[in-house]
Amino acid sequence: MLKYILKRFMIMLVTLWIIITLTFILMVNVPGSPFNSDQSSNETIKANLEAHYNLDAPYHIQYLNYLKSVATFDFGPSIKQPNQTVNDLLGRGFPISLELGLVTIAVAVISGIILGIIAALRHNGFIDYMAMGFAVLGISIPNFILATLLIQQLAVNLNLLPPATWSSPAHMVMPVLALATGPMAIIARLTRSTMLEVLTQDYIKMARAKGLSPWKIVFKHALRNALMPVVTIMGTLLAGILTGTFVIEQIFAIPGMGKYFVESINQRDYPVIMGTTVFYSAFLILMLFLVDIAYGILDPRIKFHKKGGE
Amino acid sequence: MEKILHVENLHVTFTTYGGTVQAVRGVDFHLNKGETLAIVGESGCGKSVTSNAIMRLIPDPPGKITNGSILFKGQDLAKFSEKKMRSIRGVDISMIFQDPMTALNPTLTIGTQLMEGLRTHRKVTSEQAKKKAIEMMDLVGISNPEERLKQYPHQFSGGMRQRIVIAIALICEPDLLIADEPTTALDVTIQAQILELFEKIQDTTGVSIILITHDLGVVAKIADRIAVMYAGKIIETGTKREIFYEPQHPYTKGLLNSVPRLDLKEDRLSPIDGTPPDLFSPPQACAFAARCPYAMEVCDKVYPADTELSESHKVSCWLQDKRAKQLLALAPTN
Ligand SMILES: Nc1ncnc2c1ncn2[C@@H]1O[C@H](COP(=O)(O)OP(=O)(O)OP(=O)(O)O)[C@@H](O)[C@H]1O
Ligand code: SF4
Ligand SMILES: [Mg+2]
Repeated sequence: MLKYILKRFMIMLVTLWIIITLTFILMVNVPGSPFNSDQSSNETIKANLEAHYNLDAPYHIQYLNYLKSVATFDFGPSIKQPNQTVNDLLGRGFPISLELGLVTIAVAVISGIILGIIAALRHNGFIDYMAMGFAVLGISIPNFILATLLIQQLAVNLNLLPPATWSSPAHMVMPVLALATGPMAIIARLTRSTMLEVLTQDYIKMARAKGLSPWKIVFKHALRNALMPVVTIMGTLLAGILTGTFVIEQIFAIPGMGKYFVESINQRDYPVIMGTTVFYSAFLILMLFLVDIAYGILDPRIKFHKKGGE
Repeated sequence: MEKILHVENLHVTFTTYGGTVQAVRGVDFHLNKGETLAIVGESGCGKSVTSNAIMRLIPDPPGKITNGSILFKGQDLAKFSEKKMRSIRGVDISMIFQDPMTALNPTLTIGTQLMEGLRTHRKVTSEQAKKKAIEMMDLVGISNPEERLKQYPHQFSGGMRQRIVIAIALICEPDLLIADEPTTALDVTIQAQILELFEKIQDTTGVSIILITHDLGVVAKIADRIAVMYAGKIIETGTKREIFYEPQHPYTKGLLNSVPRLDLKEDRLSPIDGTPPDLFSPPQACAFAARCPYAMEVCDKVYPADTELSESHKVSCWLQDKRAKQLLALAPTN
């Protein structure tokens, strides 16, 4: 197990390095500079500024500097936000984005699984058709459209919920709904179909032949097996939710990391771009690793290490 | 002899998009205490449906027991509620399935799956359950039981898994064990071991066994009596001796001829020509008539009633029925 984790850790580092390199290549190749939009600045000031931020150095020096900043986890000051280091921005934005992300995942996973189970148990019944119709809608409506619809209906027309920002549980409802509906729908459909398949398996028939109650059969014998494919797609869903937070944070004016990320790209705030990208990537890579571990716990057939002779 | 099970006039249908499948069309048989009855017949003749019906495990929909009774120790299981049935399953009647590779839940330990039935139906402490589980593992011949209870199904071979399935079926000490092709998925040496295990179990526990198979070699080894099934009906029953040495129904004879025999120097087996009838609209008269080399006019028109050849030997074939000629005269001509 330890050996497996170490190996995975090495792979994670390599992945991160590739991402940093790609980000750097993209950054230096995208036209524009942090100081272009500044009308007042003339050529001399610009040159001075670039020298100050080390942007006039040859690319390979800049690249090495970035690698160093990642290794020490110190991305330096932001160019566009005076008196703020990138770490300050991350420290402020990340907890909020994390909260949004985790609540979304919890809502999507729990309600998706419950919906999927109910649909499977009421297979081809009214509830099943309702749930699956709802799921198709959920999958096909993009989260930003759903967000806009929610704001219009729940905040503007009905005045039920605050339209934006992030300061109380009521503020969470719409962003989380907008972000969770898609993944929830995907989980619900997948849970339903794997559940239906699992319920036809011999070991379920065997469980019935033991005289177990339907409740026990579903939760003890079927669910765990039915959840394995759901865990498999969790990686993709996590990535989707993560990118979704950029958009949703913009729409609801939530001061999370996504806001800084999008802004930094528009403003060519190179240290912030690098800092947020590395942070997002590292976080996602770590989550994918946790998904793999969870899969191994769910399925005893998966071994992280090979014992001799087996 | 005490009858433990008496199935009478059992009918099971499945409603499908293509129509209604009459899978079991009036099955009658009984089982005495402590004996082994083999139900044999070609694929699709309704063996599994019959055994599932006894356990009331027919998926409804699409399946339904439309008629008949299943008297188990004098009580009609066909009339039991689902809840009452649950207290019978695994306790009084247990079932063993064909494929041990899929019959065990891959995500639960052997110990959990073995003790589950016991803990559901009997008031036992976890200590007692474990003790009983170890006892069962010993009985079915799995060494090092305490260790192995903690393992998962994938850590066992096919033969071992079937032993575990048998242990699971027997842990609540049922009176009746239904084994649906318990050896079909295993290779020949393992088959022989599992059959020996069945004999041993019957000797130690006195359990009555219904053994479903299309392997007459298996039947010859452990059955006391045999019921031959064709197209949803039982067409001949008798003791093992009667069926093997004096088969009367042409279908039974055909089945026996399709088994390789050591005492005959024939290279080729002679399987029965033709295919079983369509169970969407099975013939009302003898269902075997289309394939029967002896078919007579009456066979196509009227169903042959059971003829009792001895106290234990019954056959439904016009060849054995003295009234065939008279009935033919009465039958409508179309
Ligand atoms: N769930 C179902 N839906 C529709 N038809 C079914 C269903 N289960 C069984 N049948 C039909 O019932 C008939 C009898 O099937 P059964 O499984 O009892 O055959 P069998 O004798 O056990 O055959 P085998 O030797 O292949 O196991 C078949 O014609 C089959 O098509
Ligand atoms: S009743 Fe007629 S058709 Fe049927 S098995 Fe007997 S002889 Fe053959
Ligand atoms: Mg079968």
